[in-house]
Amino acid sequence: MLQVKELSCTRDQRPLFSSLSFAVAPGELLQVVGANGSGKSTLLRCLVGLYTGFEGEIDWQLEEAPLYLGHRAGVKASLTVRENVTWLARLRGVLLNPDDIQRSLSSLRLDGYDDVPCSRLSEGQRKRVALAQFLLCPNHCWVMDEPLSAIDNRGLEFLTGRMSEHLDNGGAIILSSHQPVPVDRPVSSVTLG
Amino acid sequence: MSFFLSSVARDLRVHIRKPSEVLNPLVFFAVVISLFPLGIGPSPEQLSLVAPGIVWVAALLATLMSMDLLFRSDYEDGSLEQVVLSGQSLVVFTLAKVFAHWLIAGLPLVVLMPVVGLVVFLEVDGIWTLALSLLLVSPTLSLVGSIGAALTVGLPRGGLLVTILILPLYVPVLILATAMVQASVSGSDVTGYIYWLLALLLLALALAPLAAGASLQLSVDE
Repeated sequence: MLQVKELSCTRDQRPLFSSLSFAVAPGELLQVVGANGSGKSTLLRCLVGLYTGFEGEIDWQLEEAPLYLGHRAGVKASLTVRENVTWLARLRGVLLNPDDIQRSLSSLRLDGYDDVPCSRLSEGQRKRVALAQFLLCPNHCWVMDEPLSAIDNRGLEFLTGRMSEHLDNGGAIILSSHQPVPVDRPVSSVTLG
Repeated sequence: MSFFLSSVARDLRVHIRKPSEVLNPLVFFAVVISLFPLGIGPSPEQLSLVAPGIVWVAALLATLMSMDLLFRSDYEDGSLEQVVLSGQSLVVFTLAKVFAHWLIAGLPLVVLMPVVGLVVFLEVDGIWTLALSLLLVSPTLSLVGSIGAALTVGLPRGGLLVTILILPLYVPVLILATAMVQASVSGSDVTGYIYWLLALLLLALALAPLAAGASLQLSVDE
């Protein structure tokens, strides 16, 4: 699904990683580990195409772009939960009917918040709004930067459950995390720094 | 097309819920113009002579003021990244943002024009020409401004830089528009000016979204 060859990146005269090669197959979860500032976010941004200051080859064998969760969640504070979810799905060409939205919001334990502006939500709730696109869009690859931070235990359980399901359906996940990912599927890892 | 419409709808919602960002320039426009009779003195002869210039400079500064914020919040909350990644056309996205912004911030300038025209003793003919020229020019100003806004969106204090980048591009429009109003006040034909302003509007409509879209792509590349 993804083939990375000899990837090197230098930022502010500091080499972050060099000659990094790995591959991600369908059904595989790749965890990027490393200390703060070791370049995990930069690597993920390179992979999805948001950062082009790298050398090497990134080859996606995919029809559609991967879904991406970054440090900035892409959730607009002045729009309601429903409007944000509808927009994020719309961007990926998915037109939602009210039932889909309702179902995804209740599985993310956001029911009752449909018409609440996201500025009134907590950090963790806002992250869950951004996660809704992972439930609603059929894209094969998920790239997630620290998806487990700011999420409570029940949310974590739900998210990892959903991840296993995605892997079983032949999807792939690339994520960065400081803690082990509690998924009962094989996890390969790339260590930076 | 449907992506264009949903982007416009989303932006209108955002603007309506946070009206201060787009209303400030309008208030600024009205305040600047109403200060001139106090500064120059209330004599109608003097004021009507400089009125077109005053109105134009005020409109231009008001546009610049609001332009800086066009892409900022989308950049800061990560929405822009999501748009870039989704593979949707940034040109369409830019066009939708400019259109929504113009509906909220540009069109009211045109509507406000007859009122502020009276404040500076512009003749009735002049007021209609002024409103017409502003209707033709304000979208051009917004479109060209979007290039500057897109280029500087990643910079912490981009406001002044936008002004420096964009003002030279505003000069031809300003010259033509002021000349049009003066021609109308002195009783000559303004059709030629209308064609020129329309031509500039079409040029900006065709090229500015391309430039702004490419600039946005660069701005998220960090």
